Amino acid sequence: MTPVDLEVEMRGVNKWYGRFHALRDITLDVRRGERIAICGPSGSGKSTLIRCLNGLEPHQSGTIRVAGHVVDEHPRRIQAARREIGIVFQHLHLFPHLTTLENCTLAPIRVRRLSPIDAEALAWHFLDRLNVADQARKYPAALSGGQQQRVALARALAMSPKVLVLDEPTSALDPGTTEDVLAMLRSLASEGRTVICVTHDRTFARNLADRIVMMDAGTMAESNLAMASSDR
Amino acid sequence: MWQLAVIAVVCGAVTAIGAQTAVNLRARGVATGFGYLRRSAGFEIAPGLVPFSSSDSNARALAAGIVNTARLSALGILTAAALGVTIGIARLSSIPTVAMLARAYVDVVRNVPVLLQILCWAAVLQRLPDAGLPWHPAPGVALTNRELSFLWGRVIVSPEFAALFAALSIYTAAFIAENVRGGIAAVPRGQQEAALALGLSRLAALRTVVLPQALPVIMPPTISQFVSVIKNSSLATAIGYFDLMSITNTTINQTGQAVEAMALAALFYLTASLAVAASTRALFGARHGI
Amino acid sequence: MASRASGPGRVAVSLIALAPAAYVGWRVARWALVDAGWGVIADRYRFILFGAYPIAEQWRPAIVCLLFAVPFGLTVARAKWSRGVVAAWIATETTAVLLMHGGFAGLPEVPHDVWGGLPLTLMLSTTSFTLAMPVAIVLAFGRRSPMPAVRALCSAWIELIRGIPLVALLFMASVLVPLCLPDTLVIDKAIRIVLTFAVGVAAYEAEVVGAGIDGVPAAQRDAAAALGLSPIQTAVQIVLPQAIGASMPATINTFMAYFKDTTLVMIVGFFDLLGAAHAAIADGRWAGYGVEVYVFTALIYGVLCHAIARGGARLERGADGVSA
Repeated sequence: MTPVDLEVEMRGVNKWYGRFHALRDITLDVRRGERIAICGPSGSGKSTLIRCLNGLEPHQSGTIRVAGHVVDEHPRRIQAARREIGIVFQHLHLFPHLTTLENCTLAPIRVRRLSPIDAEALAWHFLDRLNVADQARKYPAALSGGQQQRVALARALAMSPKVLVLDEPTSALDPGTTEDVLAMLRSLASEGRTVICVTHDRTFARNLADRIVMMDAGTMAESNLAMASSDR
Repeated sequence: MWQLAVIAVVCGAVTAIGAQTAVNLRARGVATGFGYLRRSAGFEIAPGLVPFSSSDSNARALAAGIVNTARLSALGILTAAALGVTIGIARLSSIPTVAMLARAYVDVVRNVPVLLQILCWAAVLQRLPDAGLPWHPAPGVALTNRELSFLWGRVIVSPEFAALFAALSIYTAAFIAENVRGGIAAVPRGQQEAALALGLSRLAALRTVVLPQALPVIMPPTISQFVSVIKNSSLATAIGYFDLMSITNTTINQTGQAVEAMALAALFYLTASLAVAASTRALFGARHGI
Repeated sequence: MASRASGPGRVAVSLIALAPAAYVGWRVARWALVDAGWGVIADRYRFILFGAYPIAEQWRPAIVCLLFAVPFGLTVARAKWSRGVVAAWIATETTAVLLMHGGFAGLPEVPHDVWGGLPLTLMLSTTSFTLAMPVAIVLAFGRRSPMPAVRALCSAWIELIRGIPLVALLFMASVLVPLCLPDTLVIDKAIRIVLTFAVGVAAYEAEVVGAGIDGVPAAQRDAAAALGLSPIQTAVQIVLPQAIGASMPATINTFMAYFKDTTLVMIVGFFDLLGAAHAAIADGRWAGYGVEVYVFTALIYGVLCHAIARGGARLERGADGVSA
């Protein structure tokens, strides 16, 4: 793998919460366009890992690079990295005081400096694609759980990130909706976006990912599972 | 039923008090009615926005008092709000020095009675040099113990006004700071994280995501603080600034018509409180979707 | 907010914030240590603390001041309101009055017009608060009464009292009340002031207790009704204890605010702690030393208020059962 192929690079990353060693010598390479799933029991450090990835948590040693940007302690570099990472949090954290459309246009306008018209066009595109365009003028509280999740996904995509990160995307969904989410993610990934998905749902992981990474008590072990699935 | 009994008792008490008061007033030769407002005041007021001499009417004196109270309250509210928001945000700063200083400010200022702060400021300002030799701490500023002049004489205030303004602003700001801090802290942390994750700067996240959600929590107690400024302005009586309360007091001493004068003062304060509360609510009303 | 190791920008902000504070701090320190005339405190501290109380008998107000720590400690230690605590307060307040007044058991009588300073502040604030609590409870229930007339009256009263400055209420007590009463009924000015404070506190505390009442789940009322309790019994036995317990921290806040408001009696001629301090420098010799005296007084209020606030915080933690 040439360096330019790597969208995400983590080398020897260690993180402590006080005396608790949350991440131990994590090394992870993700190629552009790859879909990986990070699985493991709760408390294994999965969420901590992605929070370190976009700088929401500081790491004490090792290097993290995303889309060419180093994630360390400098605010500007972190912000640059964050522009290229789209996160869908487990609890979504949609902005309740903004409409669906406004949730999706906020960052493109303020961070990518798009004009409101361009930002809206981009937002409509993704809302449409995720089948929530009819909810555009509504507030998050008026949406169902499945709709909210799709809005959260649209919000992340509207920033055109190179890496899409999902934290437990299926934890609150029923099986039918999970299928929809799976299909959606696969189609998104096939466009060349790198997808990292943290999930405890092994089936979902197997269906989505090229590669599954296992985490346990802060350490990482790879598990290359050839995807024999025919619906790729 | 019970209701009728309660109403009857209250009406009875009010009538009895009213009757007794009328008797007492007559016995002391005190007039009733608002005619006194037209008579000349017979006392002096320190120069302010409304020119006044002792031959002017009591009504004019009242107006002067209202103007002074309004001016003091308005300036106090604006300054306290600005200062309070700044310190409230500073309290949450990730820079330890800033957070610590803000916390010290709040803890010290909130625990000292406002009247004491007013008197202290007045005492400090009294130590300024006498009228002949003003102190110039900065260009365009000339301070004596009779008059504080700023902007090369364009803004002149009395030490009494300055003491009241300083104490009221600083005191109220400390309470508003705590309201702001509490409101911001009440917004779930995930909201700020989601905003940061999208690439927004800390400041942009605060402005577009955190503060709008914090406002509905911040506003009600803050409105109460604004009303407090109006009420605390009446402490002007203690240092001889001619606000509404002290002029009412002097008028009562001169004319004996305590009931009318007090009623007018109470009416003003009630109206002012309601007006400030209503207009602040209209400006910062609860947003939808929360 | 996640904290990060320092970058150059953060250090700069630290310095910008610290610089004026350090300058002010240095100027204040220099004043306090070099320029200030602390002699005024050494000379007048007895007057500031105890007013014009005869010096030989000043051990009595001193004891009174210390005495108030007892019920306060009890209130804070117990996370809920109980009859014992109320009894402790009433007992302390009564003892305070008796001890200050004297006239029995060989204690010389000291008339109340020379009482002053810290004991006066403590007695005024606690006594008027104790008197106000029952009124506040009645008003709080009244504001939520099913009878519209009662509801309107209580609401109007609360809004009226809360809308006008305390100074105005005190002036009304001094000037208006004598006008409203027959000549035969003369209420001592001191008692009028205590009652005025009580009226003021009651209006504010009514809202605090009211919030507590609103916080008691409706299911509680239903359960009480199902057991056959009358509305009054429900209110007193079921709703009230829970309401008071829930609103304790806010009640302590209200008390602290009123404790600071006792300084206003200075304006109507009483010598509470601030009034005594103010009078201490009116005297010719120390006329220019206002700042020193006020700083000294501010320290006393600061320490007391801080203690009250800490007590309140501790109560809040105890009430939740977990650390706040």
